[in-house]
Amino acid sequence: MRFTLNGTTISLDVLGTRRLLDVLREDLHLTGTKEGCGEGECGACSVLIDGQVVDSCLVAIGQVEGRDVVTVEGLALPDGRLSRLQQAFIEHGAAQCGICTPGMLLAAQVLIEQSRRLTADDVREGLAGNLCRCTGYTKIIDAVLSCTK
Amino acid sequence: MSSPPPPPLASAVGRSVPRREGAAKVTGAARYTDDLVVRDAWFGKTVRSTVPRGRIRSITLDPAFDWTHVVVVTAADIPGDNVVQLIRDDQPVLAPRGGEIRHKEEPILLLAAADRGTLEEAARHIRIEYEVAEPVYALEQATEVFSTVEIGKGEVVEDVEDLKDVEVVERTFRVGLQEQLYIEPQGAIAIPESDGSIKVIGSLQCPYYVHRALKRALKLTDQQAVVIQAETGGGFGGKEEYPSIVAVHAALLARKAGRPVRLIYDRHEDLAATTKRHPGVITHRTAVKKDGTLLSQDIEIVLDGGAYCTLTPVVLSRAAIHAAGAYSCPNVRIRARAVATNTPPNGAFRGFGAPQSLFAAELMVEHVAERLGMSSVDLRRRWMLRLGDTTATGQVLTESVGSELVLDAALKAAPRVGTSARRHVRRGRGLSLVFHGSGFTGSGEKKLQGTIGFEALADGTFRILTASTEIGQGTKTIFCQLAADALGVGLDKIGLAPQDTSLVPDSGPTVASRTAMIVGRLVQEAAAEVKKRLSREKAPFRVEKSYIQPDSIHWDETTYRGDAYPVYAWACTIADVEVDLTTGAVRVTDLVTAVDCGKALHPVMAEGQIEGGCLQAVGWATIEEIKMKDGGYQNDRLATYLIPTALDAPRIRTILVENPYSQGPFGAKGIGELPMDGPAPAIIAAIHDATGVWLDEVPATPEKVLAACASR
Repeated sequence: MRFTLNGTTISLDVLGTRRLLDVLREDLHLTGTKEGCGEGECGACSVLIDGQVVDSCLVAIGQVEGRDVVTVEGLALPDGRLSRLQQAFIEHGAAQCGICTPGMLLAAQVLIEQSRRLTADDVREGLAGNLCRCTGYTKIIDAVLSCTK
Repeated sequence: MSSPPPPPLASAVGRSVPRREGAAKVTGAARYTDDLVVRDAWFGKTVRSTVPRGRIRSITLDPAFDWTHVVVVTAADIPGDNVVQLIRDDQPVLAPRGGEIRHKEEPILLLAAADRGTLEEAARHIRIEYEVAEPVYALEQATEVFSTVEIGKGEVVEDVEDLKDVEVVERTFRVGLQEQLYIEPQGAIAIPESDGSIKVIGSLQCPYYVHRALKRALKLTDQQAVVIQAETGGGFGGKEEYPSIVAVHAALLARKAGRPVRLIYDRHEDLAATTKRHPGVITHRTAVKKDGTLLSQDIEIVLDGGAYCTLTPVVLSRAAIHAAGAYSCPNVRIRARAVATNTPPNGAFRGFGAPQSLFAAELMVEHVAERLGMSSVDLRRRWMLRLGDTTATGQVLTESVGSELVLDAALKAAPRVGTSARRHVRRGRGLSLVFHGSGFTGSGEKKLQGTIGFEALADGTFRILTASTEIGQGTKTIFCQLAADALGVGLDKIGLAPQDTSLVPDSGPTVASRTAMIVGRLVQEAAAEVKKRLSREKAPFRVEKSYIQPDSIHWDETTYRGDAYPVYAWACTIADVEVDLTTGAVRVTDLVTAVDCGKALHPVMAEGQIEGGCLQAVGWATIEEIKMKDGGYQNDRLATYLIPTALDAPRIRTILVENPYSQGPFGAKGIGELPMDGPAPAIIAAIHDATGVWLDEVPATPEKVLAACASR
């Protein structure tokens, strides 16, 4: 099967029923995508599929045939520098233990790409599928809003 | 800590510099336990008890199954003591055949296989038979007592019949279980080495707790047991003692398999089997004069320890010491006990007993104020501990008492609450004032003598060697800030050794709001000493610093009298809620918290830690409920155990109040646990303000709110 991963076309010979999360982590060694619950509740395994935030623990690898997948490893700029959003997460203290951060970044990326004029409530709604136990969300929301100005 | 080094012109401390491992965390490069690739590693699994109490009659491995590709570890395979090393030797690593089962999910067998499919298949071919016994769940029926604490000051008012103008208010409060819910589940990878040593890499807060547990159960020497912390996805106390069990289990499997074994819990197992916050019942009997003068507090605390002791006596101790609240009372009696039930053991969780007892203490202020027809804010202002006042243990507060500062700051920051336009929604506001002892209780720090190393390297850089772990709270960043300023060099000159027991000394566990204040102070002192030596000596060289208790601290463990903590941090929290009278749902809409942290070493991280702690407390107060069934947790999945999402969370506003502590690094006090203490009582008071009903318990679930409103 073939799909695009972080801008590069990938060809894989894997069982189509395996979880996208496992293929990313175990076969492709992209361990930035985390498993927090395995049931689609926590969002730690969020990736983008054709620009939509999806829990990769609930997606079979066969479902991404021909589609465009982005993981946290694909967020930095082509020259390797951090993106504005990644930089904002560091500056605002939006990453503490960091385990929710990859998923949170991807959910936030969709928000800032969709709309330049976001309110704090929009951000809360957009990030509601991604649990964080460290920050109380305030710093994450600040970081995302700082990228919309 | 004899003579504190004079603080140099601060350049890193007090500034919100970038988090040390920030770039690794936002790019996905940070390696957590399950991210580590270990060649030829097998997968491990724990087979657990399905009954809450009984005896193992037999363990049968189905002879029809091919066991040649599976490693099975039983209690008979434990080379050392079958004990999880902690306080009391009551908890087995694995329940032996014929052995007693004291709770559901108790570990009995361990399995390892090359692939997950074989592992799951093997687990299905094991039959365990039990002689079942009658379990004990109710606190009043519990006969085994883990520990008791009695604190006395003056004489409590027993008989008020003859007293004029005295009111006695008596209430009972209940607090529920809570799961830490770090987003990274527990996990460890054990790697056996050819020389007989075993290396364990895991998600953990306290490398040397795990080190001691490994030595004991696997009969290893100091050098043979090596514990390394991987990047850790949250702890909150949940990774204080439990990782010892995961690590010992992984090590036993690796030893028998002769190859590395990964033991990574999934969320369901983590929720079902690991420690929770102690639930309990707390009763207060408070005597006051009609003019509001506080005469006496008589307090009884019962905590449910679950099936094994774990850290329960220490939790109970902190609960008891904080039970009178942040108030000055001439006559206090606190009687506390922790009992055993046939439920999974409860353990460390941010706040460590104090959130439970402060919840009761704070609501008690509200009840007394209501009885007297006074404002509870005025009553707090009148009762609160101030400089020179004496706590329940007889500790005279000699410095950095921020009670009034935080009360004023919070009141100033919270605008008036308006009414809701929706008729079925009522708004209300509540306030709390709390204190929290920083560092270990009593003589804990003295006994522990946490140690750090500090190296001046030949290339002009420096290296901090400490076992204090980074679990999101910023240990690595603030230690480097402290060292840089103490040396007068840039942050780029400071490095950190990995948290690996073969490289770093035992700085003590990363718990008890002690890392920044106690270990951070050692970093500052070591760096200052290195600076001094560099004026007459050439690098490389290394210094070590161990905690020395200031002469001014006195504590008597037998009488519970004296200086229970080196210093206290203070917080005032104001919560605004909306209560939907048709559904009973409580939404916390706004939360302001003013915190006396001594000195904010890194303001953004201090705020972040406070905001996260507050939201954890909001969850405990409103939605985080664990329902028990047959000695197990009924909602042991993330679909049914709910924590606040970004949509549920209020905007949390933090006000940092700086009120320096002379023995803290640059004046800082520990604040990691404090934010867990204040929000719950403020929210319950706000619900009363909105609806006129008192709940006296957490969590205030919609069912309880509706029932309370209906019975009014």
